[in-house]
Amino acid sequence: MSPELAITLTVLLPAAATLLLAAFDKQPNLREAVSLLTAGALFIIILGLLQTVLDGAQPTAHWFDVLPGLSLTFEIEPLGMLFGVIASGLWIVTTLYSIGYMRGNKETKQTRFYICFAIAISATMGIAFAANMFTLFIFYEVLTLSTYPLVAHKETDAARKGARTYMGILVTTSIGFQLVAIVWTWVVAGTLDFEQGGILADKIDPTLLPFLLALYAFGIGKAALMPFHRWLPAAMVAPTPVSALLHAVAVVKAGVFTMLKVGVYIFGIDLLATTGAADWLMWLAAFSILAASVVAMTKDNLKARLAYSTISQLSYITLGVALATSLGVMGGAIQIAMHAMGKITLFMCAGAIYVATHKTEISDMDGLGRVMPFTYGAFFIGALSIIGLPPLGGAWTKWYLMLGAADAGQIIMVAVFMVSSLLNIAYLLPVVARGFFMGSTGPVAHSSGAAVAPTKGIQEAPLWCVVPPCLTAIGCLLLFFYVGDIYTLIEPVAFPEGRPQP
Amino acid sequence: MLSSLTPHLPALQVVIPLIAAPLCTLFVNRHLAWAIAFTASVAAFLVSALLLASVLDGAVISYQLGGWAPPWGIEYRIDAANAFVLFIVSLIGALVLPYARQSIEREFDASTHTYFYTCYLLSLTGFLGVAATGDAFNVFVFLEISSLSSYALVAFGAKRDRRALTAAYNYLIMGTIGATFFVIGLGFLYMVTGTLNMADLAVRLDDVGDTRVTRVAFVFILVGVGLKLAMFPLHLWLPNAYSYAPPPAAAFLAATATKVALYVLLRFMFTIFQFDHPIQGLTFEYVVMPLAIAAMFAASIAAVFQEDIKRLLAYSSIAQVGYMLLGVALLTETGLTAGIIHLFNHAVTKGALFLAVGCFVYQVGSSRLGDLKGIGKTMPWTTAAFAAGGLSLIGVPLTVGFISKWYLIQASLEAGSLLIAGLIVASSLIAMVYVWRIIEVAYLEPAPEGREAKEAPLSMILPTYALVAASLYFGINSELTSNAASVAANALFSATNLASEGASH
Repeated sequence: MSPELAITLTVLLPAAATLLLAAFDKQPNLREAVSLLTAGALFIIILGLLQTVLDGAQPTAHWFDVLPGLSLTFEIEPLGMLFGVIASGLWIVTTLYSIGYMRGNKETKQTRFYICFAIAISATMGIAFAANMFTLFIFYEVLTLSTYPLVAHKETDAARKGARTYMGILVTTSIGFQLVAIVWTWVVAGTLDFEQGGILADKIDPTLLPFLLALYAFGIGKAALMPFHRWLPAAMVAPTPVSALLHAVAVVKAGVFTMLKVGVYIFGIDLLATTGAADWLMWLAAFSILAASVVAMTKDNLKARLAYSTISQLSYITLGVALATSLGVMGGAIQIAMHAMGKITLFMCAGAIYVATHKTEISDMDGLGRVMPFTYGAFFIGALSIIGLPPLGGAWTKWYLMLGAADAGQIIMVAVFMVSSLLNIAYLLPVVARGFFMGSTGPVAHSSGAAVAPTKGIQEAPLWCVVPPCLTAIGCLLLFFYVGDIYTLIEPVAFPEGRPQP
Repeated sequence: MLSSLTPHLPALQVVIPLIAAPLCTLFVNRHLAWAIAFTASVAAFLVSALLLASVLDGAVISYQLGGWAPPWGIEYRIDAANAFVLFIVSLIGALVLPYARQSIEREFDASTHTYFYTCYLLSLTGFLGVAATGDAFNVFVFLEISSLSSYALVAFGAKRDRRALTAAYNYLIMGTIGATFFVIGLGFLYMVTGTLNMADLAVRLDDVGDTRVTRVAFVFILVGVGLKLAMFPLHLWLPNAYSYAPPPAAAFLAATATKVALYVLLRFMFTIFQFDHPIQGLTFEYVVMPLAIAAMFAASIAAVFQEDIKRLLAYSSIAQVGYMLLGVALLTETGLTAGIIHLFNHAVTKGALFLAVGCFVYQVGSSRLGDLKGIGKTMPWTTAAFAAGGLSLIGVPLTVGFISKWYLIQASLEAGSLLIAGLIVASSLIAMVYVWRIIEVAYLEPAPEGREAKEAPLSMILPTYALVAASLYFGINSELTSNAASVAANALFSATNLASEGASH
């Protein structure tokens, strides 16, 4: 299969699968088989492309011009490849999990759910492989629209309200700021192609750069930079598989991925470093990291706590870009992978707890760890990875980001990462501790109806709610050892002039 | 035989619907009348497509009516700008008729159908004539033909709601005031130049220079056309007219009437008055642009608070006219391109939306938000069409609305105004609010008990989807529209093709 066809397929395959999903509306087993097969096929295609990219090629696929000079074009470069592999790989896991979760919870309108999910993945692939900002923006908006029905899934007043906030903030920022930024770039640079080293150097008055960067940084609402982060907690009304894949991986990562792309390929790290245009962004990202962590500590609802944790973790990547150093970019890229793997684990565990016990508040979960040891074990590993302890993948994120901060001479930022790690511990580990060590006296209510004493042994959620988080927890562990592969993949982007000599 | 007709295409464009109009009444049978009207509108569409194809490269077709040479005879003059307008008007004209048949079959007495088709065709004739002619007074004549028949079309809504009569009466009064202003302006121009041919006017007006009379003429014409165009604050006739008109008429008028008026404005402001005429810059910068921005916000905000979808869309139309005027008022070539492309894009979008609302009215009997709860479940196709049109109003990528927004923002940034760009996106965000209100009600509210609405008939769904498809297709591949708009803008902006050729006569 030619790389060009493969790229086209990555976008079209999930979109085309929606037709089959709709056709099998009344046969759930066939419908889920289609979802799984599509996810598997997509992942295989992407692995094939990964090989091509690792060989040093940058395959492209040109679709057509939308406006004169502005085309839908795809080109795979290392950052996009990384994002594509993560999103498509985790889609398989999430599909398995969705089957367990949606059936276990007896959710309605499952066909609509799977269709929107597939469209969202299709859009994510479009974002990952976009060759220019125009293409990226189009798929960015498709992603917003296709996830709206997922957030509003329950059709209750709360779901409607949450979905309204979700749409409102994401569309307001993208049309209000990002679109203006893109057209502005187009007017001054005459191109929107992603190019190593950026396209803006010498094209725009340097005093205007911070302003343009602000339009991008706030316009990319999916990166959940404060003060435009409210949509992410609002999106938590969605069923948990949506929170897991979309609001821990695809949607938010699409945001920070766009941020990386804009920093590296539109502005160019050198331009940001020499003009200092990103200095303010660095401080704002640091504030986001700490403030969101503090808010997370106050949340008793598990998903809300995880959502604020996500806001905090996303700003790591924004901060990595704002540092405007090669190591910062490397750290940001690695964080995309590590945080995805860790946070999806945490969300899937939260969902498993909900399916098994219908509990959402942390204070009600005392002693559950002894009843659901696999779920809590996976949660524990995911939490440690987010905190950044070896031997889990998250450790590398902090390693490279702190190196990047030191490289940029920003010692305060090194301190920010340290404090943030402590805050991570403070809001994640109590969940685990309560699960294992507290509430030893009272019986625990279980969805099977009877009050089950903790001593009665293991009462896990349905199999397909428990296996996926265990898989991703193992993934967190593996990522620690295979980080070198990610490093090699990203190296040409982060260090265009070759690897730094120590 | 066909090739012998080719040189007469500009005349045929107007003559075909004009002749067909009385035939509809003469053949008393309403089915026959529909067939005649439909055939004529399709023929008009084909003619306009041929015309557009032959002028897209920047050529100009001049046709002398009755063989009388201009400036004495009436000249039809087709360039990219009006060919584009002819194309969109006749496209809508042809698409609405199959839809109208089913809709008015249920709504009107059988005896009045032939009158409806006659008025419809006369209105179409008027719009096409306004766009095709190269004679300033001829513009006035056709404008009145289209307006008078439009008043009648609106009044047809009285069968459902008597308030359509007052709406039509209001429209009549306001429209006539507008026409009067316009013709007085023309009179001044004739007084100082002694000619009514546009090309000739342009040349002679240049010789006259900047006098008080030309300035007064300019302002009279601006106000006159502004009324027809629903330029804020001269828009008061529009909301009632569109909400009480029968749905097919509302769709037809919403998609065409204001667009043709905008074309007239462009033609007079940029071709007849030279681009560097002193009053030009002053008026557009200090009068038209602020009014356009005011329209974008005032009308959008008004739309947010409407309970009736037709009325909501009518207010949205006023806001969209604001976008077009804003593009034009930037007085740059990109701005003009943005205005013209939005003219086309908005016609397609608003046409689709009004047709979809017509399907709701046909099945539910109402277009009030409260009566359409959960309609997405019972009328999924219509609701999906409406949602697609709504997304285009907001300006979501892959719809025509996005193409318009892109050009508008680009034009304002090129003009160096980040502020205007910000205002454009801010007002599209208000559009999101009013569109999303409807989408939430349609999809996320439970349907009331006992409402027996099923999907609208195929003959209404298909034309609706034709326009939805157009609004998506031209949003994905805007080659034809961008090209036509930029050639048209270039033709107007350089304003040389009329003046220089006019001089050579």
